[in-house]
Amino acid sequence: MATAFGSQFSALRGRRRERWRDLSPMRKREAKMGLLFITPWIIGVLLFSLFPFVASFLLSFTKYNIVAPPEWVGAEHYVHIFTDDPLFLKSLKNTGVYVGGSVAIRIVLGFALALLLNAKVRFLGLWRTLFYLPSIVPIVALSVIWLYVLNARAGLLNSLLYAIGLPRYRWFADPDIAMIGYLIMSTTWVGVTMVIFLAGLQGIPEEYYDAAKIDGANVFQRLLRVTIPLMTPTIYLNILINIINAFQVFTQVFIMSDGQGGPRDATRTYVLHLFDHAFQYLPPQMGYSSALAWILFMIIFAFTAVIVATSQRWVFYQGGETD
Amino acid sequence: MTTATAAQNFIHRDPVNRLTRIIGRVLLYLLLIVMSLWFLVPLFWMFMSSLMPLDQVGVFPVQWIPRVWQPENYTQALEFWNFGTTFRNTMFIAIVSLIGDIGSCTIVAYGFARFRFPFRDTLFLILLATLMLPFAVRLIPVYAAYDAIGWIDTFYPLIVPAFFGNAFYIFICRQFFLGIPQDLLDAAKIDGASEVRIFTQVMIPLAKPAIVVIAILSFQNSWNDFLGPLIYLKDPDLHTLAIGLYKFTSLPGQGGIYNQQMAASTMMVLPVLIVFFLFQKQFIQGANISGLKG
Repeated sequence: MATAFGSQFSALRGRRRERWRDLSPMRKREAKMGLLFITPWIIGVLLFSLFPFVASFLLSFTKYNIVAPPEWVGAEHYVHIFTDDPLFLKSLKNTGVYVGGSVAIRIVLGFALALLLNAKVRFLGLWRTLFYLPSIVPIVALSVIWLYVLNARAGLLNSLLYAIGLPRYRWFADPDIAMIGYLIMSTTWVGVTMVIFLAGLQGIPEEYYDAAKIDGANVFQRLLRVTIPLMTPTIYLNILINIINAFQVFTQVFIMSDGQGGPRDATRTYVLHLFDHAFQYLPPQMGYSSALAWILFMIIFAFTAVIVATSQRWVFYQGGETD
Repeated sequence: MTTATAAQNFIHRDPVNRLTRIIGRVLLYLLLIVMSLWFLVPLFWMFMSSLMPLDQVGVFPVQWIPRVWQPENYTQALEFWNFGTTFRNTMFIAIVSLIGDIGSCTIVAYGFARFRFPFRDTLFLILLATLMLPFAVRLIPVYAAYDAIGWIDTFYPLIVPAFFGNAFYIFICRQFFLGIPQDLLDAAKIDGASEVRIFTQVMIPLAKPAIVVIAILSFQNSWNDFLGPLIYLKDPDLHTLAIGLYKFTSLPGQGGIYNQQMAASTMMVLPVLIVFFLFQKQFIQGANISGLKG
């Protein structure tokens, strides 16, 4: 999709704007048909994207509890968030830990597993299926399972640690490492990233490796100089998608901490905090929650912009072969 | 990297290299087995503990084989958890959304793929950009709007949006349509077929692979959805499987019946696993399209 963005941008840049009145009657007919076909999406984007996008921005300057009409309060919520909401910083920090940890896990482990499977292994399809399997399990069921995997007293992971002679941990019962529990759980979805990387690896022509071998490159040099550079577009895209998603981590935390983000707010993530104000407080604080949502949007936007802007320095596109 | 090792050793067949090659292969498969265990053991344990007596589930270290096999955990779980109703509700939502998704996304994708009109590329760029909009930003106004028109505690918020196109599915479908040779369409046009006929009788049959991928993603999405049903459906008669399972595992007083909770989880996971094994190829394709193409 990142390359789709790229080619879409360049398509826009290169071309003269078409104007309706310059079109021939036949082209006008074609344009009308095209617009007719995309009408459902145009209505959808107005209703489900543009309207809420604008409305939540406006609501963020109001007090709103759904029952009574919104009441304008200016920047009050923003001032309160930055000066008087300790849980804002706490939840941002927890989310930061999750974003950094889970994205690193998915990219590094996903890439490593894809490399293993790309080593001409037997039963490739079987391994790929096994690794991918946990990521299709419904998240409610996964949460129930992982509550017991990471159970402080009799959990699977503690049993494993005990069996190999390592100390046991209290995971979700210990505020200092509760977030680490969610990072361990996030390995569940590594299979998705692995499948994407594997498809990318399989697309690298064998000749490149042959050429590198003739030049005397060893295994690690080939990995660093051939494989990784050719994979940078895929790595880039996966970092981008995973960061955007990880910032919005909510469901498993909501289920496993029963909506509390405990112990002692140690697993209160940003979206959980926002959800709390909108749907668990009485009366609901929809305006405050909208302000939190917009701050999250700005943070994600800033991260995306920085990654996209720096991508030209390290993302390597083969000439003319993209898209 | 081991690919390279293997190839290298194929070139120089001396005994030392043969040995390192064998060790390398053994290590490789060992690693694959360890990783498979990491991914699968939690699911295996869910299944085994769903058949255990209660006092065996909380034992340390973990027990793997039920002392007594207790399939009645399943029937008891069914009693607490209104499986019949939640299953019906989930299927209804999933099937209607699936129809909506396939219908709207193929139509819109065809519009983007096969017609030239002013601002088409700008509009498609907007479509891609909506994929990056955090759901938290949409959540509140959309909820408030549904509340205002009386749609809370109905299925509408969970099925109606599907009929207005999903950006990601449209993207998948458009990529596919772009790959269909223009000659086919021109031939149909020369034969006097209308645009609508070309779409329904030429494009749709050809796009079957893409439609299967969308169908699977859409179904999986409805089946697994938690946040939507959580905020829109308060009435227990409207609850979905995901909400039912959540309530069953988090209700005070039921927190202790781990074996039945695992039985309930197994019942929710099993249909997804069956669909997964039937359509593995499409699942993997779905993942790939999201990460690579375009």
